[in-house]
This record gives sequence, structure tokens and C-alpha cells, in this order.
Amino acid sequence: MATTVTSVQVNLREMASGVVKRAVELGASAAEAVVSEGSEFSTVVRLGEVETLKESGARALGVRVFVGQHAANTSTSDLSPEGVEQLVRAAIELAKITSEDPMGGIPAPEQLGQIDGDLGLYFDDVYSLSNEERIDHARRAERAALAVDPRLTNSEGGTFDASIGRKVLANSHGFIGEYRSSYCSISAVPIASDEAGNMQRDYWYSVARTLAKLESPEEVGRIAAERTLRRLGARKLKTQKVPIVFDRQTAAALLDHIFDAVNGDAIYRHASFLAGKLGQKPFGANLTVIDDGTIAGGFGTRPFDGEGVPTRRTTVIENGELKSYLLNTYTAKKLGLATTGNAARGLAGTPGIGNGNFYLQPGAKSQQEIIKGVKQGLLVTEFLGFGVNLVTGDFSRGASGMWIENGELAYPVEEITVAGNLAEMFSNLAEIGNDLIWRGSIACPTLRIEGMTIAGE
Amino acid sequence: MDKRFFFEKYGLSERDLEKYLGAALAAGGDYADLYFEYLTSTSLSVDESMVKSASQGISAGCGVRVVTGERTGYAYTDDLAPEKIMHAARTAALIASGPAKTPVVSLKDKARPKLYPVTNAASDADLSKKVELVFRADKAARAYDSRIKEVRASYADELRRILVIGSDGTFAEDVQPLSRMSVFVIARDGEVSTKGSSGGGGRNKFEIFLTEKTPERFANEAARQAILQLSAVPCPAGEMEVVLGPGWPGVLLHEAIGHGLEADFNRKKTSAFSGLLGKRVASDKCTVVDNGTLNERRGSLNVDDEGNTTNNTMLIEKGILKGYMADKLSARLMGLPNTGNGRRESYEHIPMPRMTNTYMLSGDDLPEDIIKSVKRGLYAVNFAGGQVDITNGKFVFAASEAYLIEDGKITAPVKDATLIGNGPDVLTRVSMVGNDLQLDEGIGTCGKDGQSVPVGVGIPTLKIDRMTVGGTGSAD
Repeated sequence: MATTVTSVQVNLREMASGVVKRAVELGASAAEAVVSEGSEFSTVVRLGEVETLKESGARALGVRVFVGQHAANTSTSDLSPEGVEQLVRAAIELAKITSEDPMGGIPAPEQLGQIDGDLGLYFDDVYSLSNEERIDHARRAERAALAVDPRLTNSEGGTFDASIGRKVLANSHGFIGEYRSSYCSISAVPIASDEAGNMQRDYWYSVARTLAKLESPEEVGRIAAERTLRRLGARKLKTQKVPIVFDRQTAAALLDHIFDAVNGDAIYRHASFLAGKLGQKPFGANLTVIDDGTIAGGFGTRPFDGEGVPTRRTTVIENGELKSYLLNTYTAKKLGLATTGNAARGLAGTPGIGNGNFYLQPGAKSQQEIIKGVKQGLLVTEFLGFGVNLVTGDFSRGASGMWIENGELAYPVEEITVAGNLAEMFSNLAEIGNDLIWRGSIACPTLRIEGMTIAGE
Repeated sequence: MDKRFFFEKYGLSERDLEKYLGAALAAGGDYADLYFEYLTSTSLSVDESMVKSASQGISAGCGVRVVTGERTGYAYTDDLAPEKIMHAARTAALIASGPAKTPVVSLKDKARPKLYPVTNAASDADLSKKVELVFRADKAARAYDSRIKEVRASYADELRRILVIGSDGTFAEDVQPLSRMSVFVIARDGEVSTKGSSGGGGRNKFEIFLTEKTPERFANEAARQAILQLSAVPCPAGEMEVVLGPGWPGVLLHEAIGHGLEADFNRKKTSAFSGLLGKRVASDKCTVVDNGTLNERRGSLNVDDEGNTTNNTMLIEKGILKGYMADKLSARLMGLPNTGNGRRESYEHIPMPRMTNTYMLSGDDLPEDIIKSVKRGLYAVNFAGGQVDITNGKFVFAASEAYLIEDGKITAPVKDATLIGNGPDVLTRVSMVGNDLQLDEGIGTCGKDGQSVPVGVGIPTLKIDRMTVGGTGSAD
């Protein structure tokens, strides 16, 4: 059958509530729809020449239905009336094969809502630049990096990216909410070679919700160059136990594992080493961890979560005591607790758990002071691989960084692993830095941890 | 199979395609292509012995690419109305600035291999049969041992239809089925909790889950690993002899050398393997291929995402670097053969050189002799994945099931640990190669530049004379 395809003009709010209404008409006892649209631009400039230029927009729709206590969900990029009807019917049909789950359902009406006012998530300036200006940002970042030192001989490029998005959520309790968001970023990835021809690569980037807060391409390039150059001549280390300092990037990666461990999905399945530890003190008194989805302009901020529950500030760990897990409606019911407004929902699938702005409360010392206090040890600046077992907390990842000798950075190191157990590592925080900076939705100051094993030669 | 799927569903004609390619090349360029994709997917899982939810999705769109020299312009649309495709073509064309070129449009579909079933593919099976699979896995895992406390088993399948039209006359359609099962379990004994996981699949008929790759097989394997881990000792730390078991530990090849042999990194000279063609990069016992032509394998493709048939490509022959994996762009710019390795995650993505099924051929050694030859080392048989830094060649992979080898005998199981090495020299330290090549079960997904594609890996039992093992225990 040949058909004529015409472009679909839609009002996202009407579409979301229309889908919910249709699902209820077709027999759903509860339904929830999410519609998203977004545009993205990206460019890579390599060795001064444009390598890629990409620009596009997309829209899609997802629906979750409950027929009695049977759940199912469907998603589509076909937003034509026939496509939408098919989506809803498929969801209702699919619910016939799923089990009755007494804990299933959307949030209760009184739990729904959203934070009012401008949360500073959207700035249209990220899309205000001409293509030439965008390319120029990427070019300047790379040029600034390569200009720092003649040993910087190659590059994976400089980039400029921008994206804007809009998300609408509606459910059968009458909730409807929407928000827009924007991002822009610049990065540079220079490559340095030493006399022997050994190459090292590193990167730096800046990301912001508005061009006004983006670091200059020159600053990004300069830092990328410094990070790359300091890796030249890297050595291996002997296998040993010494104090390890994690810089902000690698410390945030460690804190990300703590987020995974307090994720309600892992908790109710006993798939986390923190399951059953609520109210206990598994960590040292100097550890406080907060999740806050309400910080204006934050990378993890949104007015409501993936189920239409207002986001909030949750103290997760306070002075070493596990105060709260991070939960959505389902995991809260399973644990006999209340949702913390951490539902995360893509278009497809069941809502999971997402963080807001998740951070470790900073301490008093600068990174420099922390390094000064280490006689012999390691500053880790990059991880390689994903060797973490959340069930046991066992941690073993590839690493590179700088050797510390008498409080000074001595030489670069690579091809080593650092290993320990997350529960013990976060109980042995010898120092916590004062240098908390938001470069994503998870942030952590510099940390010094005792008792971990470095494996090398 | 319904040929001309896109023509019928979206009312495309030869003239439309010419028009779009013409718009893409309106400002010149060496090459342009259109990539149409229509993907349907189903997934469901059992959790706490309930199928708590099930998902189905449809994703369709068209990506337009314009290549001029080393530059690529790209735009896509998920709305297949003519004016939207035309807009994408005009956007992609912004990369070029010259006189218009005229594309060669051919609707001649060349003969292609038939590596996988397109009727009776797994996605065609009744939902109730898929549900039965996950329940069977749940039951088997719980029956394995009373210490198995949590079981999650999932099933997922998809059917991807693609159509690639290139300005060089490329015309290729393919229908690519893909399915997999996976089982994840947690065992608990007193205060100790451990996990185990297993799974597999491919581009196969649904029946394979009833005959060969059964739910019970994956469930028993996941449960076995979790129970074994209950008695695991800390993994030693430091350099030691490492023996890799056959099959999935082929992740080593994928990370250590596979990515480094993708042509884009070598064209840009950013790989630790740049300029080593014809040179020794492995011991003479090592022969490694990338083979996209194996029947029903997860990494196999009749045609890649640029419309080229895939190949069995020799990468390393008896230790000598013989070839790179190339896509159209790198083949043209480097004067290399196009090996049919141009892949992309979806219509939203620019294709680039990617692996298919990458494995080492069998050698002459008996696996038991390999173990016997090790005085003190690690025998690693299961891995949780890895990562590589292409530029300096450092790679890691995380062992999820490994044992100590003491005086030629396999002894205590050890806890999870990451192994780290240097790509260009790890294979030069391979001193024994078993006669037992196995490919993995069909569960691998590879990520590069934010794009995920299904891949396969494999090795025979291998002995590596020296590698750094990242445990917490004492090495002596």
C-alpha cells in the first residue's frame, strides 16, 4: 500500500494529555505519558579544519499504562495520529502478559506537583550563534591547546555542542508539567608526543546551560594542553599501599558509585552493599552527602521528577550515618518508605532512579594543601574501566595520575590499578577538599583516602 | 520478506531519492548517502518472580550524510515527510562549498549474503513464549541453590530494517534481527552477598532459546558464578602470569588491539598502532581476524551501515599486523580496502569504523598443558567488560570469575579484579595458544564516541607471560 506521508504538527501538551485520556478510554486504570522534543548541534574541528558538522531535531512519545495492577509501556518516534493510536493500543495489549504486581502504580494525587518559578534551566542563547561562530569556538579551543607547547603535535579536535530540549509529562491523576532545558559545551583533546614517539592524550571541557557561563575556548584549550603534557614520560609503579589523593573528576566518579549504592532499585533487591544499613553509621563522621534537585541552574535540577513528584533536597549521608536512600514511587513502596522525588524516566521503559545535584559536603583544605600533606603517595587524575561490584562494594579500576613525593607532584604514572572496598574507602577519608565545583550533576571535592592497594610492577 | 519496505511504507520513489541526494550534493562534495532505518523492539523481564512490566518501541528516521575530503556534514529527521528529508539533506550540504554534483542513483540491489533468518526471527515469536523464557530462567536459578536470593531475567529482541542509498550507486536493503536473554542473580550466605550473571543470543530464530541457548543454561551459569563467589578470596595484586579461558575473555582482544586497529584512529595517527602495518605486534602464535560473515552471530551483518558487504578481515597473521578495519571514508583517504566495517548506532549517528566479531584463531596447545605450565598466576574465565585509551594503548578489563593457579593447578576463586596492560605489547607476551577457540554467547555491546553497536569476541585458551592484576591481596 503506497501512502503519502505528511509532516506532523503537534502541540506537545495536548498530545501528552490526549494519550493519557485515550489510554483510560481503552481500559487503563492509570496512565502516564511523556513527550520530548529536542534539537542538537555539534561540530568537531581537527587540525584547524572542520571534521564534522551535525544538526538535527527529534521528537518522541512514551506511555506507561496500568490495567489493574498489570503494567506495560511503549514508545514511538511516529507522532502521526495513527502512530499514537497504535502506541496506546500496543501498551494496553502488552499489559495482558505482565504479572499482577501489588506495588505497581503512579504516585498518589497528593504526592504530585512541581516547583514554581524559574529554575534557570533554559537559556535560548545556546542556540543563538551562527554556524561560523560555533565552528570558531571549536577551532579556537583546539588552536589554544596546540599553541601551548611544540610537543603537542596532533589532536582529536576541538568541539562545540549545543542542545535544547523540552519535556512534557502528564498522568491520569490530572498532573501535567513541562520544562525546557539547554546546554552548550566546548572541549579540546590534544595529543602530545615525546622524543621516543610515545603519545599521550587528555582533554578538558566546559559545559553550561548558557553561553554566558561557558568558559572561553582559550581557557579550555590551555587546561587540556596542560593535562596532556603532564602525562608525557609516565612510569609504572611498584605494587604497594600508599595514601591516594583523588582529584575532583575522579572523586566525583567515586561518589557516583555511592549514588548507585543508595539507589532504591539496588536497595530493595539487596544488590547494594548499603542495603539494610539505613539509620546505621557505615562511614566516618566526616562524610556528608546531599542530593538536591532544586538548586537554581543546576545540571541535576528539574521542577518535578520522572513521575510528576516535586524534586527536593535530601540528606543522604550525615556525619557518616545513612539517613536516606534515593527512591521513586515503586521502590519507596517496596521498602515501606516515601518517594524522595528521584524518579528518572526516559521515553521507554519503567521509571528508574536518577540523582538531582548529588554532592559530598566540602571540607576546609585546598587540593594543594592536601597534596602537601602526603609524604609518598598518588594523585589519581583518570580512571580506566568500570571494575566496581556494588553488591560487595569491591572496587578495582585502572588509573593514571601523578606520583607525590614529599608533598610535591613528582612524575606521571600509568598502567596501574587502584583497588579497595567502597565501604572502607569512604570510611577512611583522611582529607576532604574545599574545592567543590559543579561540572555535572555529581560533584565532589578532592579526597585523600587511606588503605587502598596500587597494583603495578 | 517484503522488499521495498521503505518504498511502500513511506511512499518513496526513485525520483525522490535522486532529489534528496541531489540536494545533499547541491554545494558539491565527494559523496552523499541516505540511511533509512525502521526499528521495532520488545523487552521484558522477570524480577521477584513477576513480569513487572514489558516494553515495546518503534523508532524510525533518516540520516543524510555529505562527505567532502575529510569533512562530514550530517543531519537526520525522525519525521519521514518529504520536506523534512529535504531539509536534512540541505542541512548536511552546508559542509561543502562548491559547484553541485550529480549523484548516481541505482535501484539495483546487488546479491547479498543471507547470514540470518528474516522470517521466524526471534521478534516474530508470540509474546507468551517470550514470557515463558524469563519465568523458566527465574525458576532454574532459584532451584540451583537455596542461597540464590534474587533473580532478574530479561529477554529483548529487535528487528532493524535499513535502506542505504549512496551517490556512488550504492543501494542496499537489509533486515537485521537481534535477540538476547540475560540472567542476573544475587546469592546470600549470612552477611556475605555476591552476584553472578550470564546471557546470550544473536541474530537467530526464537527456537535457539528452546534448544541450545536455553534459559536454564544461562540461569545455572549465573547461579554457579554467584555461589562460587561466596568462597572467593581477595585477588592478588601485581604482575603475574595470566591464563585466559576461551570465549568471552576475548574482550581482551577487543580492547587491547581491536579499537587500535580501527582505521579512523590510524588515519588521524592517534592510535598506538599507527604506522605499524607489516610490523610485529604479537607473538607468532597469534592470528586475529574480524569476521562479520559468521552465521547468526551478534556481530554479523549482511551489509554494514554504509551498504557494503562485510568481510573476514585478517588483522594479525602469525604476529604481523596485516590490516585495519575500514569504512568508506577511511578506505578512500588512506587508500585501504573497504572492509565493510562502517557501522552506526542508528539514523541519528555518523558511521565510523567498528568491529564485528573479533577473535583469535586456535593454536596447538592443549588447555590443560597451558594451566600446568604456570607456577603461580591467575586463570580468568569471565569478564565484565573493559576500556582502552587508544592513544597510549593502555587497556583494562574486569575479571568477574577468576582463580589462582598454584603449581600448575587451579585453586581458589578470587574476587573481582581489573587487569591492566599495554595494547601494543600484551600480545607479544602470548606464549601459549590453546586449540579450543570459542566465540562468546552473544551478549557484547561496544561503545565508541557515544555510539553502541552489538559485537562478538572470542579466543582460545591463552597464556600471557606477564600482566598487572589489580587486586587487594598480597602477590606472594
